[in-house]
Amino acid sequence: MAEAKAFAVRTHGVTKVFGRGAAAVHALRGIELEVPWGELVMLVGPSGCGKTTLISILAGILDRTEGECQVLGVDPQHLRQSTRTRWRGENVGFVFQQFNLIPALTAAENVAVPLLLLGHPRRKAIAAAEAQLERVGIADKRKVRPTQLSGGQQQRVAIARALVHEPRFVVCDEPTSALDADNGQIVMGLLAEIAMRGDRALVVVTHDARIFHFADRIVRMDDGLVAGVRTQTADRTLKLHSHQP
Amino acid sequence: MNRIAIKMLVGDVAKYFGILLGITFAALLITQQSSIFVGLMSRTYAFVADTSLPDIWVTDPEVKYIDELEPMQSTALDRVRGVPDVQWAVPMYKAVLRGRLQNGTFRSVIVVGLDDATLIGGPPKMVEGDLGDLRRADGVILDVVSARTRLARYSAYDAQGNPAKDAERIPMAVGDTLQINDRRAVVVGLCEVTRTFQSQPVIYTTYTRALSFAPPERKQMSLILAKAADGVDPTALSDRITATTSLRARTAEQMQWDTILYYLKNTGIPINFGIAVLLGFLVGVAIAGQTFYNFTLDNLRYFGALKAMGGSTWLLLRMVLLQALLAGAIGYGLGVGLAALFGIQAGGTELAFRMTWHIPAISAAAVALICALSSLVSMIKVIRLEPAVVFRG
Repeated sequence: MAEAKAFAVRTHGVTKVFGRGAAAVHALRGIELEVPWGELVMLVGPSGCGKTTLISILAGILDRTEGECQVLGVDPQHLRQSTRTRWRGENVGFVFQQFNLIPALTAAENVAVPLLLLGHPRRKAIAAAEAQLERVGIADKRKVRPTQLSGGQQQRVAIARALVHEPRFVVCDEPTSALDADNGQIVMGLLAEIAMRGDRALVVVTHDARIFHFADRIVRMDDGLVAGVRTQTADRTLKLHSHQP
Repeated sequence: MNRIAIKMLVGDVAKYFGILLGITFAALLITQQSSIFVGLMSRTYAFVADTSLPDIWVTDPEVKYIDELEPMQSTALDRVRGVPDVQWAVPMYKAVLRGRLQNGTFRSVIVVGLDDATLIGGPPKMVEGDLGDLRRADGVILDVVSARTRLARYSAYDAQGNPAKDAERIPMAVGDTLQINDRRAVVVGLCEVTRTFQSQPVIYTTYTRALSFAPPERKQMSLILAKAADGVDPTALSDRITATTSLRARTAEQMQWDTILYYLKNTGIPINFGIAVLLGFLVGVAIAGQTFYNFTLDNLRYFGALKAMGGSTWLLLRMVLLQALLAGAIGYGLGVGLAALFGIQAGGTELAFRMTWHIPAISAAAVALICALSSLVSMIKVIRLEPAVVFRG
């Protein structure tokens, strides 16, 4: 029990099959994964190896076919739909590859969305969102719409949105793939700096080898299986190519 | 989240206006066509509505509506007057006769002959002259719109007898003469009447003079107008008149409905207008539905993100519904407003337009249905939306 509590995420034999019969696709074939509290874990591997499927299951937005999965001490799949939605809203932060910021809303309104979904009053939610934007260094962009922001700025807004409600588990899907190298470093630096705490865990799906040094642990996946785990001492310093972030 | 839903809707200006356009067009078409339909139907019973004094209209039993009257024998009047509780009953002549204008052209005119003694059944409003002037020799009263249009003459004509190019239209005026069935008639007054369905000129005269205009027939009395004694229910009295005289007695309201229903059953008007209204509805559903569906599709990944971040399906449905309702309410307001403006502009012209309170209500129901149908497909999409879609690029 004490051992289970040491991990924010723990899976055993997780499989996921899409489709049936001859058309069945085995996306995951028995995943064994442990994500300790306070660690930044990167899932790496070729396209189609099951990384995105795995974080979808971990985040409670996709059901596995078989196996066991404990996230923050609960199995999301065993929660009732409404409870699971609430659990996600309270405990999980999302950073998407394409940012998924609502174009009609300002940066602050976008960041406030998770709080509004949890029922926080608008005024308080916006205030918290503005504070979060300040933490990611774009407080001056709070009233700007996403379409008027650069890719790096949009991803900062997305990070602010993922963290504004203080989630204990953050999943990021290719957070740097739409960014240039320097912006990728800055975004990962922010994620590592703001998100990493002892009571929090971060899982990042990425192809970007330039950000591997931020990870405490790199999980290499191949063909729906964990092919290897490398534990390392994370180096959270930015490796910038230019001198102007 | 309501504010976010509204911002999402109005944030995409092109799609927002596309949705509004569809709903506005549908509301406009449904309201405007229905109002013209009601306006036209109102004209069918305009003659009955204009004649306010009598409670009961008595006709030959075979008569179905006001524009096709079978003449009765003059003794029918005594039979009606003999029914208890009939305060008074007067004869009326009403028929379409051929009028010949001063320039030699012919026009079909509705000749209405009023009881010589009382002149009951006269026009609702005199514009020039007095109803009593009908007692002057050969006196007739014309409706003023026809006097200015169909019965007007021109200052010059070409060789074919058509109005010359720059000819001025000269309205028929008091003192002018015309011939009805070769009998001389002198205009002694002008009146205002509600336009009739056929839009033929209406000419009032006395009952006796109307009979002299009419071709000789054994039966000549078109209608008997009767009034119930004070405190007597006109419906009950009309039933008694029907039962005791073998004539057909109808209250004014019944007569109006008989006429409307006759036109509805025996003309293509309801079908034609029904098709126009249906087309408006379908176009509204097609444009608004398609645009709204595209709008939802474009926003699907945002809805997916909201679902992933803790937005329940019910919350997302509420957002979609709010967007549909808002677009519907604004589109409805614009559509009905434009239809009302059209009606105001059409006032005093040939166009029949009557917007009763039922029409905006029907329009509102139709727009609500359009919004419901438009958002239904979007809602199904949102219900089936898996939050995992947000990680699929």
